[in-house]
Amino acid sequence: MAEFTPANRTLISSATLARPRGKVIYWTVLSVVLVVFTLVFVGPLYWMATSGFKSVHEVLHNPPTLVPKDPQPSNYKTAWTQLKLAKLLWNTFYYAFGALAFQLVFDVAAAYALSKLRPVLGNIVLGGMLATLMIPSAVLIIPQYMTVLDLPLLHVNLINHPWAIWLPTVANGFNIFLLKRFFDSIPNDLMAAAAIDGAGPMRTLLSIVLPMSRPILGVVSIFAVVNVWKDFLWPMLVEPDPSKQPINIGINSLSQGVPQNVLIAALAISALPTLLIFLLFQRNIMSGLTAGSLKG
Amino acid sequence: MAATTVPDKTTRRHAGRAAGPRTQGGRGGLSRKLSQNLQAYGFLIGAILCFGFFSWYPMVREFIMSFQQTRRGVTSWVGFKNIKTVYHDPYFWTAWKNTGMFTLYALVIGFVVPFFVAILLNELRHARAYLRILVYLPVMLPPVAGALLFKYFYNPEYGLFNRILKIFHLPTSQWLDSSHTALISVVVAATWMSMGSATLIYLAALQNIPGELYEAADLDGAGLWSKIWHVTVPQTRLVLSLMLLLQIVATMQEFTNVFLMAGGNGPENSTMTVVYMVYQYGYRYNNFGGAAALGLFLLLVLAGFSGLYARLNRNAD
Repeated sequence: MAEFTPANRTLISSATLARPRGKVIYWTVLSVVLVVFTLVFVGPLYWMATSGFKSVHEVLHNPPTLVPKDPQPSNYKTAWTQLKLAKLLWNTFYYAFGALAFQLVFDVAAAYALSKLRPVLGNIVLGGMLATLMIPSAVLIIPQYMTVLDLPLLHVNLINHPWAIWLPTVANGFNIFLLKRFFDSIPNDLMAAAAIDGAGPMRTLLSIVLPMSRPILGVVSIFAVVNVWKDFLWPMLVEPDPSKQPINIGINSLSQGVPQNVLIAALAISALPTLLIFLLFQRNIMSGLTAGSLKG
Repeated sequence: MAATTVPDKTTRRHAGRAAGPRTQGGRGGLSRKLSQNLQAYGFLIGAILCFGFFSWYPMVREFIMSFQQTRRGVTSWVGFKNIKTVYHDPYFWTAWKNTGMFTLYALVIGFVVPFFVAILLNELRHARAYLRILVYLPVMLPPVAGALLFKYFYNPEYGLFNRILKIFHLPTSQWLDSSHTALISVVVAATWMSMGSATLIYLAALQNIPGELYEAADLDGAGLWSKIWHVTVPQTRLVLSLMLLLQIVATMQEFTNVFLMAGGNGPENSTMTVVYMVYQYGYRYNNFGGAAALGLFLLLVLAGFSGLYARLNRNAD
């Protein structure tokens, strides 16, 4: 734990807390916060996990029980097969990591070209990409949908195809902004030295720029995966085929026809992958999301 | 005069090109520049195509569609007809009122609460990592899990909330089933799901406040509130205003939570937001021109906030 000195002190000084009265108040507040926060933030998750084990009767009738009276693990099994959760989870995973791959290749290459290769009209291209940040995404949903129905010039219909999710995620001005700003901070001398050694732009990108850019690539990757994992309206419109839907849309469209306890079991399963990944990489995820989310 | 000078210039230029090896190098430079530019655009092409197809072209199309109508596969220009249709829709103002109320509630709950939670967490000397993880847990849930879980909690007959209230003999509520409480119920659930990120951003900002400022305030005999008001708030003003704008822009585009929890429009249209109305025009009434026209209204309102955000953010650098 960090040492509390006058330079990094907060609202209340350590001296105040060291007094008997301060100590009492501090420990009271701490225990209240611990109890309340655990109840508020873990409580619903606990309720979700345990309700998945209860019978329909126990889930719906008074009074609520903290521990399932007669645990029924079969609910989870029913949820898994009846809502085809394996398929839904796989689809979500496929969309999220496909989107990540496309963004890493296209947006990194583009930001690198705009930052280091600086072609003619590059600033106009950059301006056009950053201008998209000003347009609220909900406004573009309708014309984007029409575009996906019949791609101009190519006349391809992308509905029910993963491209309809992957390719629009590349058009992310925020990625371009974050990546270009990071690449700008890499000294040009380094690039010049690579050029003297005979390295072309691709070689320079792969062996000099990318190894230095791990932190920003991490931020972009976390955002790419989380955004697809949490998206709702767009995948609902472009993936109407039930066998192609990601978890959010699939569970919701099947939620009417299953008993409440099975549905809750399905919700618990759907929450598991991201919660596990978060608990494993919480430090990276939290710092990445906070570092990236304000800039745009 | 003119007749003599013009050929003079051309001859000189020809002469120069024939004679100097330097200019030949310039020509080689030109082709090298060309190949460098081509190479650079090779790196850019993937992103340019994606932006073109899925961002720039739809932006133009949004405007065009607002003034067009498609009937039985035939598209024609209809002028301001779509805009008039949505403007005179009986629910146009309902949707705007709900969106405004949603944003207001979301600000009162979702903007103020995370700030004070961050201040509180910043004062604690123990269990900091644990508490931060706790607040962030719901952010990691897929929206369907959070929303449908709360829909179950809110159920007036068998939901957890009313069953707990009954144990303590407290008055129960209709939650999502009443037009009075539906909107605020959605906001509370949505805040639970998303407040983690705002809290962590504030926490990071709080840790950058120089401790000397609080030291000086203590010497002046400032109380707790006065320190928050005169030191904490001004020191985090930029982050606070950025988050405020970000949240306004995000909540005014609310769709997912009202759709999942209240079926979209909710009891007596009490949760119908503007984006839900856009969805309804497009996918229920099959009137994409009307949907686009409604989007234009949204763009108009939100462009101001987005512009302000971009400006503040530039100043922040």
